[in-house]
Amino acid sequence: MKLLFHGGRVVDPSQGLDTTADILVDNGKIARVGKIAKNRSWQIFDVSGLVLAPGFVDMHVHLREPGGERKETIQTGSEAAVAGGFTSIACMPNTDPVNDSPALTRYILERARQTDLVNVFPIGAVTRGSRGEELAEIGVMYRAGIVAVSDDGNPIQHHQLVRRALEYIKLFDIPLIDHCEDRLLAAGGCMNEGAVSTRLGLRGASRTAEELHVVRDVMLSRITGGRVHIAHVSARESLDWIRQGKRHGAAVTCEVTPHHFTLIDRDIGDYNTNFKMSPPLREREDVQAMLEGLADGTIDCIATDHAPHTSLEKDTTFEEAANGVIGLETAVSVAVDRLVHGGVISWSRLVELMSCNPSRILRLDRGTLRVGAIADITVIDPDRQITVDTAQFKSKSRNCPFQGWKLRGAPVMTVVSGRIVYHA
Amino acid sequence: MSLRGRHLLSIEDLDVQEIELILKTARSFKEISTRPIRKVPTLRGKTVINIFFEPSTRTRSSFELAAKRLSADAVNFNVSTSSVAKGESLIDTGRNLQAMHPDLIVVRHSLAGAPALLATHCKGSCVINAGDGMHEHPTQALLDALTICEHKGRLEGLKVAIIGDIKHSRVARSNALLLRKMKAETWVCGPPTLLPVGFESYGVQVTHHMEEALTDADVIMLLRAQRERQQEIFYPSFKEYSMLYGLDRRKMKWAKPDAIVMHPGPINRGIEIDQEMADGAYSVILEQVSNGVATRMAVLFLLLGASEDPGI
Repeated sequence: MKLLFHGGRVVDPSQGLDTTADILVDNGKIARVGKIAKNRSWQIFDVSGLVLAPGFVDMHVHLREPGGERKETIQTGSEAAVAGGFTSIACMPNTDPVNDSPALTRYILERARQTDLVNVFPIGAVTRGSRGEELAEIGVMYRAGIVAVSDDGNPIQHHQLVRRALEYIKLFDIPLIDHCEDRLLAAGGCMNEGAVSTRLGLRGASRTAEELHVVRDVMLSRITGGRVHIAHVSARESLDWIRQGKRHGAAVTCEVTPHHFTLIDRDIGDYNTNFKMSPPLREREDVQAMLEGLADGTIDCIATDHAPHTSLEKDTTFEEAANGVIGLETAVSVAVDRLVHGGVISWSRLVELMSCNPSRILRLDRGTLRVGAIADITVIDPDRQITVDTAQFKSKSRNCPFQGWKLRGAPVMTVVSGRIVYHA
Repeated sequence: MSLRGRHLLSIEDLDVQEIELILKTARSFKEISTRPIRKVPTLRGKTVINIFFEPSTRTRSSFELAAKRLSADAVNFNVSTSSVAKGESLIDTGRNLQAMHPDLIVVRHSLAGAPALLATHCKGSCVINAGDGMHEHPTQALLDALTICEHKGRLEGLKVAIIGDIKHSRVARSNALLLRKMKAETWVCGPPTLLPVGFESYGVQVTHHMEEALTDADVIMLLRAQRERQQEIFYPSFKEYSMLYGLDRRKMKWAKPDAIVMHPGPINRGIEIDQEMADGAYSVILEQVSNGVATRMAVLFLLLGASEDPGI
């Protein structure tokens, strides 16, 4: 069966395209892009007025399976992903047990294959049990299918171990994704340290706790040549170091989450735990710096850090509440509304941030609509008005800080390997 | 203006007129505690539950006495032997309390925001924050204001110096808010390690030097140097703390001759205050305790709103 997407605006920076064109999909691959005469035997979609981009990739997702099925499963997380316009997601290893073995990697891939909605790319642990003490069997996990390593959520404090890991992963050309946080400096803080934490009487985590590990990683990537990807940058100083590192040729890339380029610590208001995550929301100047970094190329990707938690973990005091918010079903709308319609970046840049760059960093054969490429396509209605309503989410969890937001722009169709897996 | 049916979770909830109403009401209640029969029927038939998730004898007793002197039925919910010790969540505890239909719940908790959380899950009851983590302790600030007013006749224009561990102190936060609302010139002073980021946002003057804080001060509020916290990282020893920030006769000379010395208790003699100052003529520490009962009577009365006239 051939599919024709007719009359859409095709935005594909991988081949410098931003033009009205038709796309023909045949046997799961991109067959042609350009002006294409309709053929009755094809399934034809009129997509005029819509934006078509290479499928979006969220390289930072917590699917919680195995061990956290109350919060999310590979099934529900995949449904949330495709409803949010993502064709590929990379899942973090902090499950229970931790994905530090080929058996677990294969289990995740098998569950994803059964679900058969979205491409799931597992990320393996850097260290055994993500305990930060000794290297996990990265090579055998790589053979089983991991695309990166990370001890996300359990930031590695041991600098020499990070250095060895960065040296070792050069064997496989995979990145180490680092959650940058010096635990001693963070001192158990549950929100950004500043005037707001002082007012609320909550322990603050210094922005320097993030910055210190960013500096470390930039330095270690320079001496080792290993690729480091800084997860969820939140502090403006961190971006300065990344910018400087890139200028000096360090193999460093980074991502920012939608919440870190839209929300600030003051939004916590009266101890709203749906605004608690790690790293925490920072200040107005940090949001401004994130917007600049998105525009000037310092930031490589937008990733959600989709972190589902049930009300059991969230309906409690701020200090006791679990860290994390969900993002798969709001990221595209928030990004289109705030960044594209907000005049911060172009459509092409958005597609780089959400498709081309994460594909490149993870070395996926995605992120392009070139002829012959796997037909992963994200279709966005740039003018569709939505009101975020967590009750309608496919995700099992509801811990979303954007509840009630009115946004312009939304994903309306998601195509994975030439198959329509979501259609609004 | 009415406080009836409201919660008292933070000084931020109160405007200047409401603070003045509470202080005026507290003054009228003080006399009850000096009568041979220290009880009036004002809140007869009302139920007050004290639930303290953090150990406290003084504040809990103060609230209990306040309720009893107004003839309310006061019950102490003992956390250490209750369902909470068995792992019940704060919200479930709140729902259970609500099911008993109390008129008012007094709560102390080690975590900021816990009373606010309880308030949202106990609809139909007023909630008073009796101290939540490092956040606030509003009745302490109110009783401190009452004590200052009794000695100075006003708050506006007074120089008030709050000394010590500002970082971990809910008393400092509630007092800073109240004193600024009432236009007192407010100073906070402590070692740089114990002054949290952004405290200037309260509109107070921040200093690390006792001479600057105390010079021409009308009121000196000392905070407890907390032995229970790991202090070594904040200052090297109590001895050194005492040398720099402990109130003694020498430092007292910087203040006005008629300055008063306050402390929310319990005091560490020889650390933040020496023997002579604790027991001397400047000290109004025990008056604060007496005023605590009257202030809490006023707050209970106004929130439960029997009528605007205390009838005493």
